Amino acid sequence: MSDLTNKNLKEIVENIKLKKISSLDLTQAYIKNIEGAKKLNTFVTTTFDQALEKAKQFDQKPNYDQILPGIPLAVKDLFCTENVKTTAGSNILNNFVPSYESTVTKNLWDSGAFLLGKLNCDEFAMGSSNETSFFGNVINPIGDQLVPGGSSGGSSSALAANLTPATIGTDTGGSIRQPASFTGTVGLKPTYGLCSRWGIVAFASSLDQAGPMTKTVTDCAIMLEAMSGFDEKDSTSIDKKKEFYSKNLKDNIKGLKIGIPKEYRVDNMPKEIDELWEKGKKILKNLGAQLIDISLPHTKYALPTYYIVAPAEASSNLARYDGVRYGYRSQKSKDLIDMYENTRSEGFGDEVKRRILIGTYVLSSGYYDAYYLKAQKVRQLIKKDFDNNFTKVDAILTPSTPSSAFKIGEKTNDPVSMYLNDIFTVPVNLAGLPALSLPAGVDKQGYPLGLQLIGKPLDEQKILNIGYAFEKNCSFKNKINKWWL
Amino acid sequence: MSLDKEKIKHVAKLARISLDEAKVNSLTKDLNSIFKFIEQLNELNTDKIEPLTSILNESLRSRKDQISDGKIREKILKNSPQKNEEFFVVPKVVE
Repeated sequence: MSDLTNKNLKEIVENIKLKKISSLDLTQAYIKNIEGAKKLNTFVTTTFDQALEKAKQFDQKPNYDQILPGIPLAVKDLFCTENVKTTAGSNILNNFVPSYESTVTKNLWDSGAFLLGKLNCDEFAMGSSNETSFFGNVINPIGDQLVPGGSSGGSSSALAANLTPATIGTDTGGSIRQPASFTGTVGLKPTYGLCSRWGIVAFASSLDQAGPMTKTVTDCAIMLEAMSGFDEKDSTSIDKKKEFYSKNLKDNIKGLKIGIPKEYRVDNMPKEIDELWEKGKKILKNLGAQLIDISLPHTKYALPTYYIVAPAEASSNLARYDGVRYGYRSQKSKDLIDMYENTRSEGFGDEVKRRILIGTYVLSSGYYDAYYLKAQKVRQLIKKDFDNNFTKVDAILTPSTPSSAFKIGEKTNDPVSMYLNDIFTVPVNLAGLPALSLPAGVDKQGYPLGLQLIGKPLDEQKILNIGYAFEKNCSFKNKINKWWL
Repeated sequence: MSLDKEKIKHVAKLARISLDEAKVNSLTKDLNSIFKFIEQLNELNTDKIEPLTSILNESLRSRKDQISDGKIREKILKNSPQKNEEFFVVPKVVE
């Protein structure tokens, strides 16, 4: 039997359905890979015994009608999993064992999959390099000094290193798309409200969305189909009919109008990113799409807006970590206030503290109008930019990131330079739109680079179709030499 | 605008995070550079713009005021750092 873990999710599902491999053999193959890849530091928790038990149960009583039949999956450690520790990459949740399951993971298990383990991430999903995790850096399988992107860095790294056949992450400002771009994988941030936020550790509630991270666009469609859907437990969940993204994938994109926003050609953008963008345009044009120059004039204000809105919401969401009901509690406290302050000081890392303080400040008396209200107004302008253009185009093509994966430690001393990683991804979250990051090429060092397709609200099928056609014509192949073995 | 150390200490107090002097210094530096970046927004005139409060077009649904779960005290207390049979336990608040 050849190594199935090299294959994509669709191929693995086919092999299970044709009984060429059992769920148990498949699960054991992933466990072997995971045990050999400890250097990558992708897992915070493994659930091997439980996974092997589930695999055996599947093999005894297989249900091949499910879309993820007998498939082991590792997920970002931001999704609450019943009776399995859920840390959000933080010391303050180091001992937290939820008594409930997030809706999105429950949807995956109801589709036939089961849990392999919980993947490392930036603390409370605040970071672009996975360096803010309490559990240490994750390494990018592309190279042993490289960050995997963030915040879903454990997810992107585990996927690219064949430690899980597909995975899920969360994206508040680029946390699925940027790590996908850094590891040569596919990542989708769905429309706000398409996937339930219930049971996901909250960062910024008006921006957070869960989404798939996969090796191919088809896999991405399969995973989205499994994880999405209306949930009455999430007040912002969109009540609409279930879509069958994988069955409806089409590679004919003739006549579609693709917007090319001039504001995404930023100062000091490496030539390689520009060339990649040109390559992407050419591929879509050859497939019969029509390229249209557009303008999104408020693009440069997206990142400053984000750094008001996201920390403001985070400071409010993270107020719940007080050492009383769950999580870490400081032992050296003389009274209640002292306990709160020490618990939060010892429990949160530096980046989380920075963002809580930014958020507390912009919401504090006398500053609210100047910062938070101002940001909400600019957010309106950013959304209008997209609304205006989506009357003329079907989708928008941009680079995913302004650079390829950088070295560990390279940007940790300068928060603003770290934040600039998300310059192309953040506007999408502010406007609540879906966006797909596709591997499209490599830079001169051979590190992967991604392109981003932005769609109208709930138009996931169209950007998946464009991505599907693009993928067939792009000839990108991820080169990973398994140096960690 | 610049944030001085006293302001940082005040905000940390509001956020219930204790900070030592070294942390106050590094946070003062970081937050000033972040706010310098944020204040690009002042270039924009937004006097006549409605603030965006929700990106969903529909308004929030209401639901029936019904109990949907309950009797889960043990589950809720399970993760508490300190508890007795029925309650979360915290340092003494009232003398």
